[in-house]
Amino acid sequence: MEVFVQQLINGLVLGAMYALVALGYTMVYGIINLINFAHGEILMIGALVSWTVIGALAGSGLPGWALMLVALLCAIVVCSVVNFSIEKIAYRPLRNAPRLAPLITAMGMSLLLQTLAMVIWKPNPKPFPLLLPTEPFDLGGPVISVTQVLILGTTAVLLAALMWLVNKTKLGRAMRATAENPKVAALMGVKPDFVISATFVIGATLAAVAGLMWAANYGVAQHSMGFMPGLKAFTAAVLGGIGNLAGAVVGGLLLGLIEAIGAGYLGDLTGGVLGSHYADIFAFVALILVLTLRPSGLLGERVADRA
Amino acid sequence: MNKKLITFLGCAVLLLGLPLFAQQFGNGPVRILDTALLYVLLALGLNIVVGYAGLLDLGYVAFYAVGAYMFALLASPHLLENFPAIAAAFPNGLHMPLWVVIPLGAGLAAMFGVLLGAPTLKLRGDYLAIVTLGFGEIIRVFMNNLEHPVNLTNGPRGIGQIDSISVFGASLSQKTELFGIELPGVTLHYYLFLVLVVVSVLICWRLENSRIGRAWMAIREDEIAAKAMGINTRNLKLLAFGMGATFGGVAGAMFAGFQGFVSPESFSLQESVLIVAMVVLGGMGHLPGVILGALLLAALPEVLRYVAGDIQSLTDGRIDAAILRQMLVALAMIVIMLMRPRGLWPAPEHGKPAPKPQA
Repeated sequence: MEVFVQQLINGLVLGAMYALVALGYTMVYGIINLINFAHGEILMIGALVSWTVIGALAGSGLPGWALMLVALLCAIVVCSVVNFSIEKIAYRPLRNAPRLAPLITAMGMSLLLQTLAMVIWKPNPKPFPLLLPTEPFDLGGPVISVTQVLILGTTAVLLAALMWLVNKTKLGRAMRATAENPKVAALMGVKPDFVISATFVIGATLAAVAGLMWAANYGVAQHSMGFMPGLKAFTAAVLGGIGNLAGAVVGGLLLGLIEAIGAGYLGDLTGGVLGSHYADIFAFVALILVLTLRPSGLLGERVADRA
Repeated sequence: MNKKLITFLGCAVLLLGLPLFAQQFGNGPVRILDTALLYVLLALGLNIVVGYAGLLDLGYVAFYAVGAYMFALLASPHLLENFPAIAAAFPNGLHMPLWVVIPLGAGLAAMFGVLLGAPTLKLRGDYLAIVTLGFGEIIRVFMNNLEHPVNLTNGPRGIGQIDSISVFGASLSQKTELFGIELPGVTLHYYLFLVLVVVSVLICWRLENSRIGRAWMAIREDEIAAKAMGINTRNLKLLAFGMGATFGGVAGAMFAGFQGFVSPESFSLQESVLIVAMVVLGGMGHLPGVILGALLLAALPEVLRYVAGDIQSLTDGRIDAAILRQMLVALAMIVIMLMRPRGLWPAPEHGKPAPKPQA
């Protein structure tokens, strides 16, 4: 039971980070129907920028939480600029091109950002400083660290803010309208280009937060850290039904839980034949199962043709 | 007609003479040619799935891996060391000849192809892409971990000491002299791979103009209409996956024999992405385009490796050969797509495209 609750907590924390990244995927996909493969790299850039900023300010005597806040703000700015430029340079000119073309530039962008990060930050893994109290809260057996509490809290706040933005503000209405039908939205006075840029900036903000959290939670930052979380987050978005914001959150949390609980119990269940190294395949097995049984995802609408 | 013949003969002489010229500069350049030919083989296989049938497969490298591990297991001491029963059955060691390995590798890869295709038949476009990507990752995780409780793949350490490829009893890794010209191992491999590529091109070319090829293209253009016209879309999609995988399996077996060593590292997702990029950059569904794309992405970065030393010293060691190669591939993917979204050498348009349904 104790192990179960512990894995439940770990899974929720992992899922919260997946959810933040998945939201970026799902918003972009909802509006321009593109799998933005470079989105995971935004998380990586967020983490590495935070690492640099924290390193630069380490001697300034600021308390840990203030350091993190400053690092977070810098990461958000850098990630937003990067994501905004990527859309402008690599995706916008291809909006009316054959469907595979933007997909290939997205993959190329992902590869390019990784190599640039390697050049700027060098390939070695960077230990991420512990800035928050390391003494975990004891829940009578299972423990939860301050970082983990903060991740869950921040994710909840960000989700609420995003929901408000999308459902209540003018920009949100424009986003929904563009996702529904860009041409008609343009006729109604919405500027699709502006909306798309805004979507990329919002996605980058969420991914930057996730990047800092990821690095703080696992204590390491590296140029290759973004790819797998990005892939998993996309899987989460598909699981929940792509284009659906609530679906991305549900998919993210679900995926985190499946992975953590699966990794915790796989060894016992199979008598030690399959160990926790197999944790990575849960996401993909779940994905294949869901898509074969319910191709529109868990919360997605039935879409006749996604080709 | 005469002009065609001259072009054909010119190409043949060029392709046959190329390694003889390249080997003057040592084995390095010939090795690059060999690798490029293997990539052409892979790109031709993926072109069947993506280019003809329109099924975006991001897990293609899994079939490459299946073929490579097939050869690695059947022609190395690995199985003997780990399974006493096999050691007892083959006292002289497992040295399966090429004629067993190639059909087995191709067959097993085809089986995996159909296995992957079956659950994804209902999916299309991006969903299919992401599921095939997941499938590739699942295979990679298994390659990385299947050393316990039974050691099948030797995990991340990979399998070494693989027999070199031998054709008609002549080992390709040995230096041979023919008509007074000394041919090192890499050159012999080049000719083997060239034969495979030529055979593959012929198969693809015949397929393209066959009923099957036409049906694939019909599915690619409009699946519902194709179904309405009586095309069995399920079987044809499975056939496309299977045939594409066959090429991957053969290329994988060749890769294992050529390198003498396989490990999961060679079959990463990046490799799949690279092969997809070759097909799309060259011009999907157009054989000359696909070959051009493969040669470009496989050979160009390798050639630039030779200037990598200077760049490395210029940039204070920050940009080494591996980073430079990756960067060039990435830049090629972005820049070529931005300039020519339909590929460098796309298939000529046949008549007017069907009107697009309004989004």
